[in-house]
Amino acid sequence: MTSSLYSSQSADSTKGDACMSLQNVTISYGKFEAVKNVFMDIPRGRVTAFIGPSGCGKSTVLRGLNRMNDLIPGCKLKGRVVFDGHDLYDPKVDPVEVRRRIGMVFQKPNPFPKTIYENIAFGARINGFKGDMDELVERSLRKAAVWDECKDKLRESGFALSGGQQQRLCIARAIATEPEVILMDEPCSALDPISTLKIEETMHELKRSYTIIIVTHNMQQAVRVADQTAFFNAEAVEGGTGKVGYLVEFNDTERIFNAPGQQATQDYVSGRFG
Amino acid sequence: MLTDSSPAGSGPVNPNRNLAADAFTLRRRPPSEKLIDLGFRQLTLVLASFVAIVLLGIFLTVFQGAREAISSFGLSFLTTSSWDPVNEEYGAFIAIYGTLVTSILSLAIAIPLGVGTAIFITEDLIPSSLREAIGLMVELLAAIPSVVLGLWAIFVMEPAIRPALNLLHSLLGWTPFFNTVPQGPGMAPAILILVVMVLPIITAISRDALNQVPIELRQGAYGVGTTRWGAIFSVILPAAVSAITGGVMLALGRAMGETMAVTMIVGNALNFDLSLLAPGNTIAAMLANQFGEADGIQVSALMYAALILMLLTFAVNVVAQWLVRRLSLRY
Ligand SMILES: Nc1ncnc2c1ncn2[C@@H]1O[C@H](COP(=O)(O)OP(=O)(O)OP(=O)(O)O)[C@@H](O)[C@H]1O
Ligand SMILES: [Mg+2]
Repeated sequence: MTSSLYSSQSADSTKGDACMSLQNVTISYGKFEAVKNVFMDIPRGRVTAFIGPSGCGKSTVLRGLNRMNDLIPGCKLKGRVVFDGHDLYDPKVDPVEVRRRIGMVFQKPNPFPKTIYENIAFGARINGFKGDMDELVERSLRKAAVWDECKDKLRESGFALSGGQQQRLCIARAIATEPEVILMDEPCSALDPISTLKIEETMHELKRSYTIIIVTHNMQQAVRVADQTAFFNAEAVEGGTGKVGYLVEFNDTERIFNAPGQQATQDYVSGRFG
Repeated sequence: MLTDSSPAGSGPVNPNRNLAADAFTLRRRPPSEKLIDLGFRQLTLVLASFVAIVLLGIFLTVFQGAREAISSFGLSFLTTSSWDPVNEEYGAFIAIYGTLVTSILSLAIAIPLGVGTAIFITEDLIPSSLREAIGLMVELLAAIPSVVLGLWAIFVMEPAIRPALNLLHSLLGWTPFFNTVPQGPGMAPAILILVVMVLPIITAISRDALNQVPIELRQGAYGVGTTRWGAIFSVILPAAVSAITGGVMLALGRAMGETMAVTMIVGNALNFDLSLLAPGNTIAAMLANQFGEADGIQVSALMYAALILMLLTFAVNVVAQWLVRRLSLRY
């Protein structure tokens, strides 16, 4: 399986056209700087993984990519996040439009208090979907590997599913709106290996038309799905209140795992962390 | 202390292991603890049944008192509107109509107002100090005794809204609901004073319900590209709707059963009039007015009316719960 992953990828893939570009991004909660000085060009039509120890700011950066941090009081972003030629944090940019083009799957499953069917249809309708809704619902649920469990209870509440099924429902919900970029924050952390594999297959399929950015704690998963991997780390700074996260290294997944440029990366990916 | 060493079966195999286990003296729960557990369970059962017993007791007492009236007036009590102690003819239609109209219309005004206020003070539309001030004022509103509200309604509110009621009469006077000239007490001012009384209940409970909605759900809504209003109306309110319904039901109970303020402003009419601008009556107001001087079958008739009030409240409750369960998933 792994051999096919790298075949699509040429050596200069990181120099291809960037879908999103982070330029000196620093994100802080109040006075506390969670991640500092991130520079990164995320390529289009690829899967990019964020890895790193807990609390190093992976979720924070990910949320910064579709302005989800706007919802957290006190959270501020400095620097530029360029998407499609525009700075997402330009005052003229409408965050709602940003989120319609850049979808998200969250770390905790969060289905809407609606039927399973409506959970999918809601987002699609908001984005002005005019096609066959039944077909879209089925297709999205199939891609998220949850159709078999849902097909007989489309009219029941989304809460009537198990935690893992709820998470796949949320993945289906994000896929259904067909955003240009899909951000996934540990989408498989509550899933069994079989559903995890199905989700990973879906990612491979999706990256033909979308750009995917995934946070994961699972090294094998990063190796299996990601074309590029970014390793984040956190370290205490003098006079700071907590550990500040930063980007250590961003490169082809193969390089990160087999010949990383930094000792810290080497230690982390080989399990000698700390 | 060493109770766990007494059973012969669990003798120590490994002395080291036993040493470690000895540090946890409560691995085996002592009988006293189990007894306390059991006692507590029985206590909660008693407390829980207390409510049910009181409710049942009240119901049976009222039913017992109403039996005479039920057998002599039957169901026509519900549809006739004569209230004639001289000829001993009683019908509660005026009061039933008044109870339903005042409580339902007051809720129809108070629900959007209360839920709207709750949204306003939970979403960060305004600075938090202002939000807290508004929340505090709403709660203070609940602390005003109803007799004070009744006096206020008679001397301040009713004269103040008279021009508006007159306008309503001149515009909509051709409908049976507004075809009387407003003059002093009536159903319309009673409805408005009920709005003032139930607003704090609805607002406070809705606010707590909205605050309980997890942040993840909110993020999920924004994550598929909803606007703020889309998130509020399509995701956050539906998530809070069952708790809000609970608050509305409490408010309904209050509106249907409210006695003092309503008696003072509703007009206590003896003749039926469909018009909201005319004086009316409610079951609770009627009970408060007449119970003191009533005797014989009039007491029984009042009990019958009280029974109807209880059944009405119950029925509206059941219907509302059912409606919410039906609708909440769809939207
Ligand atoms: N809402 C918030 N308010 C304040 N500080 C926060 C908030 N969310 C995260 N942080 C802080 O920012 C830092 C980075 O958090 P973040 O959630 O991005 O880590 P992470 O890399 O996603 O960790 P994990 O792998 O455990 O999910 C942490 O130190 C955390 O305490
Ligand atoms: Mg995280």
